[in-house]
Formats: sequence, structure tokens, C-alpha cells
Amino acid sequence: MATTITKLDTLVGRKIKRKEDPRLITGTATYVDDIQMPGMYHACIVRSPHAAAHIRGIETKAALELPGVVAVYTGADVKDVGPVPCGASLPGLRVPHHHILAQDRVYYVGHPVAVVVARDRYIARDAVDLIEVDFDPTDAVADPEKALAEGAPAVHPQWPDNIAFNYHQENGEVDKVFAEAEVVVKQRITSQRLIPCSMETRGVVADYRSGEKALTIYSSSQIPHLMRSLVAGMLGIPENKLRVVAPEVGGGFGCKLNVYAEEALMGFIAIRTGKPVKWIESRREHMQATIHGRGHVDYYEIAARRDGVITGIKLKLIQDLGSYHQLLTPVIPTLSVLMMPGLYRCKTVRADIVGVFTNCVPTDAYRGAGRPEATHGIERMVDILAAELKMDPVEIRLKNFIHSDEFPYATGTGLMYDSGDYTKPLKTALEMANYNELRAEQTKARAAGRYMGIGLSTYGEICAIGPSPATPAGGWESATVRVEPSGTVTVLTGIKPQGQGEETTFSQIAADELGVGFDDVVVMHGDTSVVQYGIGTFGSRATAIGGTAMYLAIQELKTKIKRFGAMLLDSDDVSYANGRCTCNKSGKSVSLAEIAGAAHRAMKLPANTEPGLVASNFWEPPNFTFPFGAHIVVTEIDKDTGAIEIRRYIAVDDCGKVINPLIVAGQVQGGVVQGLGQALYEHGIYDDSGQLLTGEFMDYAIPKASMSPNIEMASTETPTPVNPLRVKGVGEAATIGCSPAVVNSVVDALSPLGVRHLDMPLTSEKIWKVLQGGRA
Amino acid sequence: MIAQNFDYLTPVSLAEAFDLLNDPGAKVMAGGMSLIPMMKLRLAAPERVVDLRHVPGLNKIQQDGAMLRIGAMTTHHELESTPLVRAACPLLAQAAAAIGDVQVRNVGTIGGSIAHADPSADYPAALQALEAEIRIAHRGGERTVLAKDFFQDTFTTALEPNELIVEISVPLEAKCTGASYQKMLQPASGFAIVGIAARVSMDGGKVSMVRVGVTGLGGSSYRAANVEALLVGSEGSAADIGKAAAVVAEGIDANSDIHASAEYRAHLARVYTARALSAAIARAEAQ
Amino acid sequence: MKKSITVTINGTKHTHDVEPRLLLIHYLREVVGLTGPHIGCETSICGACTVSVDGKAIKSCAMFAVQADGREILTIEGLSADGKLHPVQQAFWEEHGLQCGYCTPGMIMASKQLIERNPSPTESEIRHGLEGNLCRCTGYQHIVAAVKAAAAKMGA
Ligand SMILES: Cc1cc2nc3c(=O)[nH]c(=O)nc-3n(C[C@H](O)[C@H](O)[C@H](O)COP(=O)(O)OP(=O)(O)OC[C@H]3O[C@@H](n4cnc5c(N)ncnc54)[C@H](O)[C@@H]3O)c2cc1C
Ligand code: FES
Ligand code: FES
Repeated sequence: MATTITKLDTLVGRKIKRKEDPRLITGTATYVDDIQMPGMYHACIVRSPHAAAHIRGIETKAALELPGVVAVYTGADVKDVGPVPCGASLPGLRVPHHHILAQDRVYYVGHPVAVVVARDRYIARDAVDLIEVDFDPTDAVADPEKALAEGAPAVHPQWPDNIAFNYHQENGEVDKVFAEAEVVVKQRITSQRLIPCSMETRGVVADYRSGEKALTIYSSSQIPHLMRSLVAGMLGIPENKLRVVAPEVGGGFGCKLNVYAEEALMGFIAIRTGKPVKWIESRREHMQATIHGRGHVDYYEIAARRDGVITGIKLKLIQDLGSYHQLLTPVIPTLSVLMMPGLYRCKTVRADIVGVFTNCVPTDAYRGAGRPEATHGIERMVDILAAELKMDPVEIRLKNFIHSDEFPYATGTGLMYDSGDYTKPLKTALEMANYNELRAEQTKARAAGRYMGIGLSTYGEICAIGPSPATPAGGWESATVRVEPSGTVTVLTGIKPQGQGEETTFSQIAADELGVGFDDVVVMHGDTSVVQYGIGTFGSRATAIGGTAMYLAIQELKTKIKRFGAMLLDSDDVSYANGRCTCNKSGKSVSLAEIAGAAHRAMKLPANTEPGLVASNFWEPPNFTFPFGAHIVVTEIDKDTGAIEIRRYIAVDDCGKVINPLIVAGQVQGGVVQGLGQALYEHGIYDDSGQLLTGEFMDYAIPKASMSPNIEMASTETPTPVNPLRVKGVGEAATIGCSPAVVNSVVDALSPLGVRHLDMPLTSEKIWKVLQGGRA
Repeated sequence: MIAQNFDYLTPVSLAEAFDLLNDPGAKVMAGGMSLIPMMKLRLAAPERVVDLRHVPGLNKIQQDGAMLRIGAMTTHHELESTPLVRAACPLLAQAAAAIGDVQVRNVGTIGGSIAHADPSADYPAALQALEAEIRIAHRGGERTVLAKDFFQDTFTTALEPNELIVEISVPLEAKCTGASYQKMLQPASGFAIVGIAARVSMDGGKVSMVRVGVTGLGGSSYRAANVEALLVGSEGSAADIGKAAAVVAEGIDANSDIHASAEYRAHLARVYTARALSAAIARAEAQ
Repeated sequence: MKKSITVTINGTKHTHDVEPRLLLIHYLREVVGLTGPHIGCETSICGACTVSVDGKAIKSCAMFAVQADGREILTIEGLSADGKLHPVQQAFWEEHGLQCGYCTPGMIMASKQLIERNPSPTESEIRHGLEGNLCRCTGYQHIVAAVKAAAAKMGA
């Protein structure tokens, strides 16, 4: 029955409760581990305890004899499956063959060596203890700078220099600018390895129907369609015989923007055994074997005039790649290069990346992916320059900002910034903070021997990733919008949310556009046999690109709706609004439900019009979008212990047009706390032998509620011309803005001691040492 | 994270528990908050788990003259929330409240915690400062051990196989006595990087009694007698406290890990000793 | 070696023969079929597996099913058993206290315990009271708001 209601209010721009939530707050959503199938087997993976070793042999007999064990597979069984794909192509890139199970060597702690298949997960786990792998450990190297040193152990013996690639990009007369510079500041800045730690780990269920020769893979993924293409290739099965379903996904943050060994491995097992099989990553496996983020050692140089105008930027970027390339591993640092000038006008830039193999798990996209590192770098360097010139950090930023009348702005790194008004969020943040008063308070605090810091970052971001030429696998997005015979609306989108709430925001847009109720829209995603091909959710792209594809499909649909409306009203002058098609002359109208019914019964059709009400759109964006913002952080340091207190956190973000302020606020808050994790607590630590020392939540500190600040928020809205929705993206913004603001604040607090830079994470002990020695 | 299989037994009396524990493959379980994680990591693989949950009388909290007697199976939450404990021995309530999180405190017990003797656990510092008496039973008898003799080394106590902790006794807080537990948290696990329990009595403007218990710094909790000796008899001024706190780590082989180096831990021990002493003195004076 | 246990879960009695090593979380999820409680760490840190046993919030990855014999368990599924959301659930919805939802069942159960013990908690008490529950998505601010709102409603 038609449930279309006439409504006048628009939903876009309003705080609407999410339609995802009822299933999530009642515990009735279905994540991968919630899938049960009759006769399903469980897989447990045997992983390397060594960072580098030869495998001399694997003894599986005892495991196979354990009642309930079905099979054990080792590298030899799967040597023709795969390899785990790398989607990146850089000139001269060295790509090691990435088998889904180790062959004769292991390259990192956690490297999969064998897999046990058993009737239940307890037996599978027992069997793992019964498998004896004869390892012959060799020297390992876990630090990228050490890996570059003469005589370092070779991660891959065929490449003794451990270099996977070199990448150079340059614009303007860099040498000249630096030679003539009135001032040059230099700093080594690291962005430590981080572990994504989505609360749901990865997991895969594979189900093979031998009669149909059809495989279904359920995987906690951000990119079900890309996964289908790639895993079909790995397994050598036709793409249209593979269905990938990404059910409810419990957080991704980039770590599920990937195709790992386990998807193909479970597919292989399901095909071999003819039974469904499940593998759920343990938290320890997540820490060891899911991609890490960041892993930069950056050497920055900034040339400037004495008045604070930046004239040149140089960056040597050492990227810790880990031992293999996952899907995007080598391209992540190239995003840092694109973003390196930040919000500043300087176009004279030079960047050199060296991508280094280490005996660690690969790095890849983690919330922000390359952009947090770059923003951290430039925002730290600007503060360092300000300190050198004894300028206020606000003043130096205002001096270098691209002006609002200069957009679109071509950067020295090849980007075209779409729109911006960088002073606006900064001014708002300064007002909220009461900046001048804070500085006065700081002066007093210093006189009293206290360490109070005020730090800011004005950050930019590359969102809505991104035009296809800029991505390895297509940067467009797709949508199909159907009006069902009863008048309800179904949207099939190629994106794959993991908490971002697009079922809600897309429903808001669709409801407004079609004049139907919010509850009359259903948004479906994540199943390759339901949804047309799509790209997925990452790079803050879902609403800007996926939402636009939906919006454009709706526009096409509206044309068709009007044609049917005109036919039903017997008029050639109709308009469509609020879910009704109205004859402009007579004022008579028909509802969408009536139109939908007519379009499906098709007793009569308008000229040159097919039955049904469905439209699809594959939208190729003309550009990225470039959100921005300003964060201000007030810190105070406990002189006795070095502990940092976040006294205030102010975030002003401009993500273009806001569809749902509640959801944007949530993205900002979550983003800030993830950035804070990097700034203060988190570090995936490998020791010199390549052992991961932070292998569980007992040792890897992601922020708890008691460690997180209350964030004072505001936003400015600078629409983008890139898409008709005017939205830019917000998923990664606050993470990018946070870490430099926090570090700038702490460095500011300690600046009376001559401190100019500190590397993250800013642990209490690190600060205490600074207080002891006066300098980091 | 799956334990090896075992047999699960639930004795209904202490005598039955001792019978069951007579078997070398048996291990007693209280709340399981330490034992179960160890079993899941397969660092412990008992053949039989003897759950004390149905043994009556092990979770009583009673006042007995100048002492507070606490059954071994009393949970951390019961200790932090029971009015009698909060009033009569706030130090213990404070230490209990500092443990882990609500879910752990709802289940974990004082007996289990001290039997486990994690070098970063919270109770041991408080029990050292309280000079607690630990009542230990075995088949057909019992003995009482003082906290200072009970905690021997990392995960090592005075408990013999087949012995069970049945009760912990602590003195009621006397007049003009104040106490405080101060802890620096390891940010990931919530355990103590260092934790200091201080108890101070003031008499006529002078420190007449002081006890300091330390956890997290070395292989085992300990009482910092050297700190106490320096402070007793003084006025308890900031300078006195600073002088006394300065020696808390002397002679201790401090732990070192990714969360805190030995040097930093020793420093923190000094800072937190001073903080705990100041707070304790302030409370003593307020009484 | 299997033990017979009888557990009342969300008001319904269940009797099963289980291996003693079967964790309560696996029992609930795989034997009883209640997949609301989640597994986020298996090391008793994240709290995603939080359920209530005899009225107390516990981490069900750190308890064996045999220990629950004879006890009453409430899971997230039982909170709104009569079809009406519990005030804490309602507040999480209204305040946008969740994103991916993975931590949410545990977070709601822990919040419920928090409010039962402290009917009008301050922000700091909420933040410290939830230290047994990790959320990687929200940054906690909306969770704090949800707990405050739920407390106000439950007190009213
Ligand atoms: C996430 C998490 C965080 C934690 N944080 C902290 C913290 O911050 N501070 C802290 O102090 N602790 C912390 N703990 C440990 C917690 O306090 C445990 O509850 C406690 O260590 C063990 O108590 P239990 O009753 O659970 O003992 P169990 O785990 O049942 O037993 C522990 C050991 O004691 C033995 N045992 C138990 N009872 C007796 C008895 N009556 N007589 C003899 N032996 C016995 C057992 O055989 C076993 O060897 C944490 C634990 C977890 C899981
Ligand atoms: S799964 Fe139980 S606390 Fe994380
Ligand atoms: S909502 Fe995703 S972990 Fe909390």
C-alpha cells in the first residue's frame, strides 16, 4: 500500500535520527561472525612467530589426527592461488609475489603459514598447537631507516637495498628559492605506525555451491565489488560466479579497504571441502596481520621570507611499507606529497619518497591515509617557522593562506583546490577559544612556572576520492533508484558504509528529492548480487560521489515520473513536488504511488517510455573536494609526571554542505579521538628483531572515554562546485586536523625550555624526559 | 583465545574443596579474572578447575573488634561500595575502586587478586600499608601470614599448594589517621604503572605513624620502611614528605617495559609517594 | 567431560550440555543464538561482550558458560523484549551514541549498570564508569550525552 505522505519540510540539513540504529541498539544486526550455516567449518590460521625465517618443513600429521579436524593446508596447496593483489602502479615499483600462505620463507610476525579446518573453532584452535613448523630464523629489520643502511638484512633477498620504489615530484625553482631564502627551517618528523583497531576485526565466511559452481564470500569489507573482481582473479573463477556480501561492518577506517589472503583462502577451502567455512580474525591477528597505518619518517625543509611568507617546501619521505604491498600500500605516501603544501599558497615544492621494505606487516590506508602525515608535517613546520621568526602561529597562517578569491587554486603538487575560505573556521575557532585571553593566561601561567600550551592546526584534506584517473580502480560511484509499484523507494548504492550512516543521509536526500517520507526510502548496499557495480566507502567519498550518483539517478527518474504524471493527468504542463505530480493549469494532481502503480501495470505508456520506474547513474566526479578547518587545543603539563591534560579542544570544520549535523558531529568527534590516539597514546611497536610488542589491547592503548576530551564544535559551510549536492566529505577530516594541533599545543607549552619539536606519541615519559633534560 | 579443555568442579564446602585440590592437576578459581585470561592464552592449562563460588561463608565482611575481616571471595565491587568498608577502611575501598573497570570489579575477588600477585595489582600496596593479616587454610588447619611476608615475588606468594586464602584482616582506621591510594595507570590495560598506598597518623602536629605500600615498581609489592623511618616524628611538611618520598625506590630493581622505563617508574614512585603521603596527612589532619 | 547447565537468559530457561571451556560469549552467540553481544578483543578489555549476570555487568569473554549455571543473564536482546526500547537504547539512538554499532550492545549494558548504581552521574563519572568499554568510532562524546539523557529519563 502506498505510504507516500505529503510533507513540506526538507530533511537535508536537519538532525535526523539514524535509520541504521534500531537494529544496532537491539543486537539484531548481522555482522560476519553472526552468520551461521549448517555444517559450517571453522578455520584457524597458523602464523609465523618470527619476523624472518626459512620454513624447513611443516608437520601436520598430529593435527590431522585430531578428531574433528577436516583438513590442513599449507603453502604448497595454495601456491597457484593469488597473489594477494597490489592495485598500485608506480614507475619501477618492485612487487614481491604475495602468496596467500607462506611458501619457503616468512617475512613478518603473523605471516600466515598454514590453515586448519575443523568442525568447530575450539577444535581448530587445538589443532593449531599440534602443527609443527620447522623455522630457521634469519636476521630481520623492522625500522625503515635501518633497512636503508648499508649491510642491513634484506627483507626480500632479490632486492638487497630494501627499496621498493623511489618517487620524485617537483614544481618551481626549488634550489634557487632555497639558496635565496632569508630563512630555512628543517626538521625530522615521524608519523608512527598505528594499528587500525576497528572494534570488529576482519572475518570471512565462504560458501560454495558446487552444482552452480558459484561461490559466495561474506567479508567485513569496505569494497565488496572490488573484492569480487580481485578474489575471482585470485581463485581463477569467473567474476559472475562470485558473489561478495559485506554485511554489517563494525568499523573499517581503511583496514577493510583491502583484499587480504584470507578471502581467497576461505574461498579455496570452501571449494575444496564443499562446505561453508568461517574464519574470524582474533584481536591478536588483527594487530599482527591486518594492515597498519602511517609509518613515516619525514625530513622537511621550509624556505621563507623574514616576514613569514613561505617560499619553498622540501620533503624527503621514508615510507615503511612492511614486507609486502597490500592493495594500495605504495600509493599512500604519494597522497602525502599531494597534500604537502596544506592550505598555503607556496607552489615551489620538491618531494622524494623512498618506499622501504621492512620485516613488518604492510602499511596501507588508515583513516586519512597519507594526508594526516602530510598535514602533521606542514602544520608542525609552520609552527617551527613561526617560532624561528618569533611570530604568532595565527599570524603566520593568515599570511600564507590561499585567499578565498583565488579558487579554484592550482597547487604546486598538481591539485586544483575547489573552494575555500580558510580564515573563516580559524576566526571562529579563535573566537570560541578566546585566543587573546588564553595567551594572557598562558603568560601568567608561565610566570608561575606552569606549562600551559595553546596549539592550533589549520588543515586541509583531499576528499571525495576521486576522479578515476587518480585512483587505481576507478573513482566514480554508482546508484540505482527504484520507485516500487506501491510508491516506496529503494536505493542501491555502490558505497559500503561502516558506521558513517549513509542509509540515513541518502534517505534524507532521496526523500527530499522525491517528496516521499524518510521511512519510505530503503538504502541497500554491500551485496554484489543486489547492487550494481560500485567502488566502495573510503577517502571520504561516499556522500560526495555516491550521494551525487543517487541524486542524478533521481533527477532522471523524476523526468520519467513527470512523463507518467502528464499522461495520467492528460496534461503537457506538469510539475513534480512533495510527492505529487500536478497539472499546472488545472491544479489536479496524482501521487507518486499512483504514478508508480501506473508505470508498473503499464496499461498505457507515455510515448517513447518504457514501463517501470528505475534509473541508474554512474557518476565520474570532475575533481576531488577539499574540506578544511581549524582546531585549537589547550594543554597543561603535569610537571611532576609529564602527563598531558587536554584542557580544551575546539574543532571548527568546513565540510561543505551538511546533510545531517548529528552525523557530521559524530564523524568529527570520532575523528578527533582517533587523531588524539596517535598524538598521545598509540604506537605499533616492533622491536629490533621484528617482534610486535603491542600485540593486544593490553598493550596498545586506543583512547577510552576517560582519556578523551569533550570537544567544543562549530562548523562553517563553504559549498563545493564539484558536485550538485555541494558536499565535500568529513570522514577523515578531524583525524587529520587533530594530531598537529595537539603536538603544537604541547610543544608550545614546553617552548620556554627551548623545545621545538616532539615526535608522537607524546607519552608522559617522553614529556618527563624533556622536562628533565630541557630538550627532546 | 580458547582454553584447553578441563573438568569443572564446584565444591560446596571448604573440606570438599581441599579434597578436590589434592590433585596436582587442579587449580582453584575465584572470579577467574586472572585465571581465565591465562587459560585462554594457554599460559595455564589446569586439568581441573575448582570454582569456589558455591563454598559458603567466603564473602563476608565483618567488623571484629579493631579489625575488619573480609572473606577471600569478596569482590572488588563489594569492597568499593560496602558502607562499612568505605567508613572503616577507606584505603581498601579506594584501592578496590582503582582496579580495572566495572565489569572486572563485579567479578574479581580480593583473594584471587592477592593469590595471583601480579606485580602491578592494586591491593598489594594497600595491604602492605595496612599490615594486613592473610588467613590461609589447608586441610585440617590454618595459619596467618602478614602482607609483608605474603607477597614474595612476581606471581609468587607464601601460599603452599593445597592452601586457600580464606580471609583478609585489616585494622579499622584509627582516630587521626588518614590514608590514600594513588595510582598511575598504564593507559591500555589500566593496571598500575606504580601505585602507592600511604597511611599516616598525626599526633600533636607530628607524624606518629606512617606506612607506605608500593606496587608496580618492582617484582613484588613492598613496604617502604625507609620512607616511613624518614617521615615518622616529622611535622609532615611538604619538605619532610619530599625528603621521605625520595628514597622509595632505593634498592629496588625497577620494572621496565614499553609503558615505562625503570628510571621513569622509579621517578613516578617518588612523585606518587609524595602525593599519597600529602593526601593521607591532609585526611589525618581533617579528622 | 561435558556439563549440563541451566541458565535463564532474557527470562527464558535454557539447558545445554557444554564443554567446561566453552566461553559464555560463545555459548550465548553460537549455542543459544544471541549474537547481540560481540567479541572485540577476547582479552577482557573492550567490553563488546558485556552482558548482565545476576544483575551485574560482566565481560562474557572472561567467563565460562559453566560458571553461569543456575544464574540469570540479560543480553542486549532482552532489554527491549517487549518491543519497547529501554531508555538507554532510546537515548543512544537519539543522541547518536553509535556509528558502526559494534561496541554498542556492550556499551549499552555497561551504561545501564552505571545508571543503576549512580542515577545522576556527572560527565567525569560517566567517562570513568565506561572504562571497561572501548569504542573506536564515536569519540565517546555522544555516548556520554546518551548516558546523561538516559539517566535523566530513568530518574524522571
Ligand atoms: C581487564 C582487566 C583489568 C584488570 N585491571 C586490574 C587493575 O587495574 N588492578 C588490579 O589489581 N587488578 C586488575 N585486574 C586483575 C583483577 O583484579 C583480578 O580480579 C584478580 O587479579 C584476580 O581475582 P579473581 O577472583 O578473578 O581470581 P582468579 O582469576 O579466579 O584467580 C587468580 C589466581 O588466584 C588463585 N586463587 C583464587 N582464589 C584463591 C584463594 N581463595 N586462595 C588461593 N588461591 C586463590 C587462582 O588459582 C589463580 O591462580 C584486571 C583484570 C582484567 C581482566
Ligand atoms: S571481547 Fe570481551 S572484553 Fe573484548
Ligand atoms: S560505534 Fe563503532 S566501535 Fe563504537
